[in-house]
Amino acid sequence: MTNAVQSESIISAPRKKSNLEKLIRNKSLWRGIVALIGAVIFWEICSQSKIWFGVEIPWIGKVPPPSEVLEAWKKIFYYSGYWESWYLSTARVFAGFIIAMLLGIPFGLMLAVNRYFRDVFFPPFEILRPIPPLAWVPASIIFWPTTEMSIAFVTFLGAFFTIVINVLGGARNIDVQYLRAAQSMGAKQWDLFWKVVLPGTLPSIWTGAAVGMGITWEVVLASEMISGGGQQGGGGLGFFIWSSYMGGTVAQVIVGMISIGIAGYLSSSLIRYIGVISMPWRRLF
Amino acid sequence: MQQSDMKNLYSSADISSAGKSTENSASLELKNVCRGFGDEWSREEVISNFSLSINPGELTVLVGPSGCGKSSLVNMLAGFDKPDTGEILLDGDPITGPGKDRMVVFQESALMPWLTAYQNVVFGPKIRNDIPAHELKMKADYLFEKVGLVEFKDKYPIQLSGGMQRRAELARAMINDPLIMIMDEPFRGLVAMSRELMQEFFVRLFEDNRRTNVFVTSEIDEAIFLADRLIVLSNRPTSVRKIIDINLPRPRELNMLSSTEVFEYKREAMELLHEEALRNFKKSTPKADSKVVK
Repeated sequence: MTNAVQSESIISAPRKKSNLEKLIRNKSLWRGIVALIGAVIFWEICSQSKIWFGVEIPWIGKVPPPSEVLEAWKKIFYYSGYWESWYLSTARVFAGFIIAMLLGIPFGLMLAVNRYFRDVFFPPFEILRPIPPLAWVPASIIFWPTTEMSIAFVTFLGAFFTIVINVLGGARNIDVQYLRAAQSMGAKQWDLFWKVVLPGTLPSIWTGAAVGMGITWEVVLASEMISGGGQQGGGGLGFFIWSSYMGGTVAQVIVGMISIGIAGYLSSSLIRYIGVISMPWRRLF
Repeated sequence: MQQSDMKNLYSSADISSAGKSTENSASLELKNVCRGFGDEWSREEVISNFSLSINPGELTVLVGPSGCGKSSLVNMLAGFDKPDTGEILLDGDPITGPGKDRMVVFQESALMPWLTAYQNVVFGPKIRNDIPAHELKMKADYLFEKVGLVEFKDKYPIQLSGGMQRRAELARAMINDPLIMIMDEPFRGLVAMSRELMQEFFVRLFEDNRRTNVFVTSEIDEAIFLADRLIVLSNRPTSVRKIIDINLPRPRELNMLSSTEVFEYKREAMELLHEEALRNFKKSTPKADSKVVK
């Protein structure tokens, strides 16, 4: 038997590397940086020389070049209203998103584990789900006393349905062997839920969260544009784009667009990071 | 004559450990068990009139052609499923559901991927909360040593090889001190080398404590090597085709597999299995033909 153990136990431990070394040696990171720089250079060239070989370059030729966008960015970089817009949009996104997580995860799990609950709540859920969040804007302005709350509500809807559907699907797909094994070891319904269903659903929960986070950014910006950016006149990034468009500087519109892109990327990365932290067994692939 | 001598010798040798074995072993009795699946009009009997008694402290191996109702049988023994008619008695009492007195080791690894090997092993006692913490730790450490996974305690299942996963699963089952271990083709899918090592390991484990064991397999060599009694199953609907007593001395050694007795057992079992497989083949051939024509 000792032979058996030795022959099977050869799993080589990887050499420990410092975090900085890992970062510098990370090929994905460098590819990403090169791709970004390449895209900016391409954009610059295309929008500087609008006509190539007598053919006008569509779309990109009409857009101000990155250098001009950078100028516009520099101008507003020290303007507190711009950062306030960041803050406001982020706050709205996270308010809606966190409430969607808090309600969506238990709701999805209940749909998965309880047949009566599913019979009662799944049909209305399915009818509400296809309604685009933006279609809720007028109704939610009527529902809620402040514009802030209406925006957060629309944001919440954007994430809620996605999270619930992912949690439901994930929980229903748990391998029956795990449940059986736990049952024969004496697990009661309560244990099955907390010790098997919940950890088994975690991957789907974080997938739903990452997708939901993307949708909240889409939704919050559109609702800011429609509702005029809140009562205090404080914009948010969506309103920032809208007012830049009205004010007539296209470069500033693009600054707003890129800001949203960065904000969305950062918040999705945060969600993915939390997901990785909370599922140590998935880090080993 | 010689065989019966050997049997006597074997059973008298067994008496010394009999006192030890009865306390953590139980008997299983299947009486006219029937189970079918499907609707009323397209019902298929998978198990029909299955009667068998499994003796305490014995390793009973069920071997049958693939696709016969072996897994359905296991599910009923474990209590995940109930027979349509007939009954299954554990030490005389009918089985009503899954319980820690019967531990199943499945075909596919059922270790929970989100728990480390150690957390998996202590899962049962932890949720039942029936072993004091320090005792549990000692017991778990002892079992990890026994299955040779001490250095792998804190690894997650995906970091373990197939053979190691199976051993962790054995430890997870044994920590619950079941009366009966039910193994559903536990070594299927392991590479040949690792499979042989696992068989050797498993047979030592069994010979150590002689816990009643029901072992399902489709490998005839594995079946003979492990078994006290070999139950050859018929094709669907499954019932007992023949019971072969394997009178090989214990402890079992792999080189016994080349003895003439084993050859005889193997020939007998193979003939029966071949007949059963052929029956199935004939049944299914016209169907396959018609599919091709379409």
